[in-house]
Order: sequence, then structure tokens, then C-alpha cells
Amino acid sequence: MGTLEIDFGDSAKGRVVGIDLGTTNSLVAYMGVTSPEVIPGEDGARLTPSVVSYGASGEMVVGNRARLALLTHPQRTVYSIKRLMGRGLADIGEELKLFPFRIAAGSESVLRLELGERSFTPPEISAFVLRQMKKNAEAHLGEPVRKAVITVPAYFNDAQRQATKDAGRIAGLEVLRLVNEPTAAALAYGLDKRKDGIVAVYDLGGGTFDISILKLHDGIFEVLATHGDTHLGGDDIDNLLLEIGLEDIAGEWGEDIRGNHEAVQRLRRAVIEAKERLSTAPAARIDLEHGHQHYRREIGRERFEKLITPIVERTLGPCRACLGDAGVAVEEIDEVVLVGGSTRIPLVRAAVERLFRARPHTELNPEEVVALGAAVQAGILSGEVRDQLLLDVTPLSLGIETMGGLVSKIIHRNSTIPASATETFTTAVEGQTNVLIHVVQGERELVKDCRSLARFDLKGIDPMPAGMARIEVRFLIDANGILNVSARESRTGKEQGVEVKPSYGLTEEQVEGMILESFQRAEEDFEARQAREARLEADTILSAVERARQNDAWFDLSEEEQRAIVVSINELLVAYHSEDHRLIRALIDKLNTQTMKLAETMMNTAVRTALKGTKV
Amino acid sequence: MNANDNGVCWSCSQTAGGEPLCAHCGALQPPPRDYFAILGVTPRLDLDLTDLQKRFYDLSRRLHPDVQQRKSAREKQYSLEASAVLNDAWRTLGDPVSRAEYVLRQNGFEIGDTRSRDVPAEWLEEVFEMNMAIEELDGGDAAARGQLELAGKRFAALREETDRELAEQFRRWDSTGNRETLEEIRGLLNRRRYIRNLVRDVEKALAG
Repeated sequence: MGTLEIDFGDSAKGRVVGIDLGTTNSLVAYMGVTSPEVIPGEDGARLTPSVVSYGASGEMVVGNRARLALLTHPQRTVYSIKRLMGRGLADIGEELKLFPFRIAAGSESVLRLELGERSFTPPEISAFVLRQMKKNAEAHLGEPVRKAVITVPAYFNDAQRQATKDAGRIAGLEVLRLVNEPTAAALAYGLDKRKDGIVAVYDLGGGTFDISILKLHDGIFEVLATHGDTHLGGDDIDNLLLEIGLEDIAGEWGEDIRGNHEAVQRLRRAVIEAKERLSTAPAARIDLEHGHQHYRREIGRERFEKLITPIVERTLGPCRACLGDAGVAVEEIDEVVLVGGSTRIPLVRAAVERLFRARPHTELNPEEVVALGAAVQAGILSGEVRDQLLLDVTPLSLGIETMGGLVSKIIHRNSTIPASATETFTTAVEGQTNVLIHVVQGERELVKDCRSLARFDLKGIDPMPAGMARIEVRFLIDANGILNVSARESRTGKEQGVEVKPSYGLTEEQVEGMILESFQRAEEDFEARQAREARLEADTILSAVERARQNDAWFDLSEEEQRAIVVSINELLVAYHSEDHRLIRALIDKLNTQTMKLAETMMNTAVRTALKGTKV
Repeated sequence: MNANDNGVCWSCSQTAGGEPLCAHCGALQPPPRDYFAILGVTPRLDLDLTDLQKRFYDLSRRLHPDVQQRKSAREKQYSLEASAVLNDAWRTLGDPVSRAEYVLRQNGFEIGDTRSRDVPAEWLEEVFEMNMAIEELDGGDAAARGQLELAGKRFAALREETDRELAEQFRRWDSTGNRETLEEIRGLLNRRRYIRNLVRDVEKALAG
């Protein structure tokens, strides 16, 4: 649900980066002098696994290190969080069967996952990934980064988009635009060869599938139609292979390892590696060592393709529907672009080629093309890229509940966004002071078959006879695909209060709370690091003093001097276990001062000994 | 949001010139809600689609939130509003039927269900025969297929004829602007909707 954001007029300055927040991997890119470029992470890798691990000492680990933690600390680590963005407890049953997500108590209102002793909402977990992307960009560009374009699957609904935007805000980013992934890919491809034509973008990622058909026209990228499935991707292939492995193991070892998170994660890694090898090799081996047992299975390309055929088939229906919605015949498609790691699979490529009767483009890395396109869009927003414009569409129809649980559609799917609709509402009984509007997204006729988006409460209506009030409600889907609602009394023109109750996701107050908490956490993290460093310094001086006390020089000190030092040591030892780095540092300084004479004496003795040594 | 009425720019207080952007300072003006107005054309039913599309693209390049991103909060809000209305306008006016419905609604007509007088009596027999043929085909009588195909062709021809009549009435309204013509157009639209359903039913029966 959109809310008006306060603008401080400072949006003209500062670099804008493009972030592909993926199910499996995330990337950040920026608009270079002539072309978009991917920014590598600290370890030099261009892809950052979208895995977050909450370390035992309270630090958040993201990326490859977190992926390792998936094996060592599966209970503290979470992956594929994108699958849970903008969703409620009631509709994630399927996900829970396949993923070891641990739902925290009280998730009925707001979904939270347990990581160790803490719990986080999906936007907060995504925010850790985004914060890492921000950090990578800042390290690479050598300047603070506060603004970003973030990509989302084209078929994401309002709640999923809002959750992504919330994640950006929690990560300290101003999200200038959410861009649909396939559209971003088209933008990345269209940069250097500006020509007119019809382009189909087939995007099969880790967890989502999108198909978009665009018309390119003199720098305008106009999306004609989009279709997809937000629960279809490489993860589903992994799960099929995983199931085979689990069954084999149960048969061979007589042991069901499903309950063993670590073993399941290692098997998952093994099947993913085998899947990836199968894109280039005719056969691959799934290999897992578990304790003293060893599981091995060779899987051939043919067997693999037979296994995944139903998944590939599931992508073709949306493709055909999309062509129909766009009013485009297969023969009219000029170019086909492949996006997402799963399009490396030869069977997927063959299916796309057969359907569109065109050889797909693969010049750009399918895992990087979305981030590159996001960087182009960032360039458009910052003014660096001119003469290019994206006109995207809303993937789902917007409707309001009417009598008898029916849906009245007010903005149809595939409408170019921003899009709007104005409806007039009135009161049903005399003196009624508020009207409740239930907004849903989806294509079905009944409210129960669509996805509830939010309830809007029009409040503070002046009491008058039934049917007299004329409240004009404006529904506006912005360029991010997010709904904004405003209302006014049409005779008086008075703005009407609208209270939003999102059906899924977080209220504005909850997001604000999380932003605040993340700042406090950042501060806490800083404090914790300072305390750790101070303790290291304390260790150094304490062990030095301890050694000095064995030295002859110690006995040269007066009893008073000795006592003062011992008192300081004890003070420092007490402070050592506090979180107060300032106190620890002050006491280190004090001890330093008091042991100055001791150090000097020792130094002199050492010099004397050394000098003596040279003489001998 | 009709501050445009007096033609004075909210930003520089000079005459804005009635364009989406102030002729003087370039500030984005509060957009009109009217679909013809936002596309800068006089309200007509017979529109040149090529010209309309060109206007849509040109205005998109100037009004879209992406282009207005680095402007003030107020202009960004206008940009969002303007783009929404522009997109709604192109979607509505770009299609002859929804364009006519828009004009009818603007003139106080309700777009509703087909009334019996919108469907000529001489069609009723034809529709009756079509229903018979569909039943026969469902019952396994393959001979009915040819009959249905014929009916489908006749309905398609009727649709074309209705479209021609509509185009004629569009031009008449553009030149006269009288209400009777709109009444006529409403009838034709209802008739067209009715034929569309017939064509759909025939196609469904033939495919099934």
C-alpha cells in the first residue's frame, strides 16, 4: 500500500544503483560511462547468494559465508526468502513443505522466521541482503549510496511489491523505483541496439517465472502484456532431485534423513551442483558423504530432462496466454531474450526456441542481465540515460468487493501504469459515518478466489440520510505497481480520511519501527565492535603487565607504585566484561600511564643487557 | 485539481500557456482529468489513431514519473497523476468502442444491458436457428456444423455492418453534436455487444 513519502527536495543528487534482489542470488550494478556494470562483492564474486545467517555472537552474515553457514548452522540460516515476501501464514503451506523455514510464534498477524534466538520478518531478512549490496556498492564506488532501483518479478502482486519496497527502506535505501525483472532485461539488451520490434522476455529464475512481451519503439520500451507464476523456478527442479536423493538414501541406508537439517542442506547443495553440471555435461553425479555412509548416484541428461519436463511445460501456458493478451502472433516476435539461471538448461532453451520459433538471445549473462537493466533504469532516473523510457503494465486486475462476494474490476491487468480508476461510494443507512472498501487483486469473479489486498476505511463522513454522501475514491497504481488510494467528498471537495488495513504485509507503523530498530541495531553492532576491539587492546596490555611482574624491574618499584598498578589491573578486569568500550579504553590508558616507569626501567635493563651482550 | 483553469502557472505565476508544462518556467502543471484534454485533442468520436498514438508517446516522454524524477515533490505528484490519466486516456480513446462509451458516459448515458429494441426483430429467427444448430451439434449431428459455420459468417458480416454504421454515426456526432446521435450510437454499441456474444457462442460450439 503506498503512502505519500515526504520529499526533502534532495533527490537531485547522489548515485542511484540497480539491485537484482533474487531468490537465489542478488547483484548490484551501476551505470558506468558507456554501459551498465556489475559491482563485485568483497570476495570478488559478482553474485551474492541471497542467504542470511544470524551468527552465534549476534552478527549478521550474508552471501557466500552465510551459504556455508547453511551447512554448519542450518537453524540460524535462511535462504530463498523471496518466496515468502508479502505473504501470510495461511498461504505458505506449500513453501513450508519444501523449505526448512521455522515460523516464529505469533506469525498469524505478521509472518516471522526464527533464526537462532531471534525472529525476523521476510522484509527484514531481505534488508540484510540489500544492506550487503549497498555496502558492496559503497566500497566499489567510494561514495555513500542511498538510492536504488530494485527489481521484482513482473507477476509480483501489490503485497509482494510493497514488502520489497519495505525491505529497501529498512536497509536504509530510498527505493526510487521497482522495475519488473523481464522489463529490466529488455532494457539491458536494448541499450546498444536501438531499433523497433516486438520482443519476448522469458525469465525463469530460482523461484519465479515471468514472460513479458514488449514493443520497442524509438527508445520507448512498452510492455504489451505480462504473465507468469511467482512459484515456479529452479528451486522446484532442486526439490525434484532432492526428493530422489532422499528416497534413495532411505532405501539404501534404511534411514530417513529429512529431519537432519544439515544432511538435507548438504544433499541440496549436491543436487544443485549436479543440476548445474547437467547444463553442459551429458551426465552428472550426486555425491553425499554423511558420517561413515556414502551416497552416490549418476544422473543422465535424458533422465533429468524427463524429470523436469512438467516444470518446463508449466511455463508454456503463461507464454501462450501472454501472446494472446498482447494481441501478438508468434510470427510477429522479432527477438527472444532469456533471463535467469534456469534458462541455462538446454531443455528450457529448446522449449523456448520451439514455442517462439526464434533463436533466443544469450549474449548477456542470464544471471546478470536483470541487474544490468536495473542499472540502466537507475541511469534513466538520475538523468544519465536519456531518450529511453519504460512503459510497464500491472500484471493483475484490481477489483473491489461488491454485493454477494462478487468482484467488480476497476483496473484491468496489462493496463499501462501509472493507471487509475475513480469510483463513487455512498452510505447505506442514515447517519453512517464510515464506508469500508475491500480491494482485491486477481482475475476471478469471486472475492474468495482473488487475493485480498487491503481494506480501506473511509472515515469521518458527515452524518446524512442514506445514499446522500458522494465519496469519490481514486485508485491509482503507481509506476512501481503499488496501489495508492485517496478519497474526497465530491460535493464539498473535502479530502476524506482513508485508513489502510493491508491484508498481508506490514503496516506503515511496523515498517517505521523496523527502520528504527535497524538503525539501533547498526548502532548496537558498532558499539559491540568497539567493545570487542577495546577488549583485544586490554588483552595485550594485561598480558604485557603480567610478564613485567616477573621481571626484575617490578621489584625496583615502590610498594605504593606496585599497589596502584594492581588496583588498575583489577579495575580493568572488572570493566573488561562490560559492553562499555569507553570505560575499558579509559582504564587501559590509566594502566598505561601507571606502568610507564615500569616499562622504562625494563627498557633500560634490556638495553643494558644488550649492551653488555655486545661487549662480551 | 483544476488549477489550470485560470492558465496561471503555480510555480512562476506567469501564463502557463495551457500546455502540460509551463511555457515560461517548464514546471509541470496540474493535469486535466479529461481524456481528450490530456491528449490535447478536441472531443471527437472519429479520431486518427496514428496521430493519437504519436501524441501518447510524445506526452509520455514529457510527463512520465521517470522523466520527472528529479523534480519537486509537488511536480512528482502531478507527474504521477498526469501519467495515470494519460495512460487511461490512450487505453480508452485508442479503442473505438470504449471511446464511444466514454463519450456516452460524459453525456450522462448509462452503459448497461442490451434492451430488446437494440436487436432487430429479423435477427431473432437467425438466433433461434443458431441455438438449434448448437444443440444438434452437441447431440452428435455433424451436419449441424456446416449450418453453424454459415451462421458464424453471417454474424461476422453483421458485425462489420454495425461497425460501418457506428463509424458513420461517429462522424455525424462530430459534425452535429446532437443527443439523438448519441442515443443511436448507444443502440449500435449494444447491438455490437450482442453480436459479439453470438460469434463467441458459435466459435465455442465449433471448437467444442
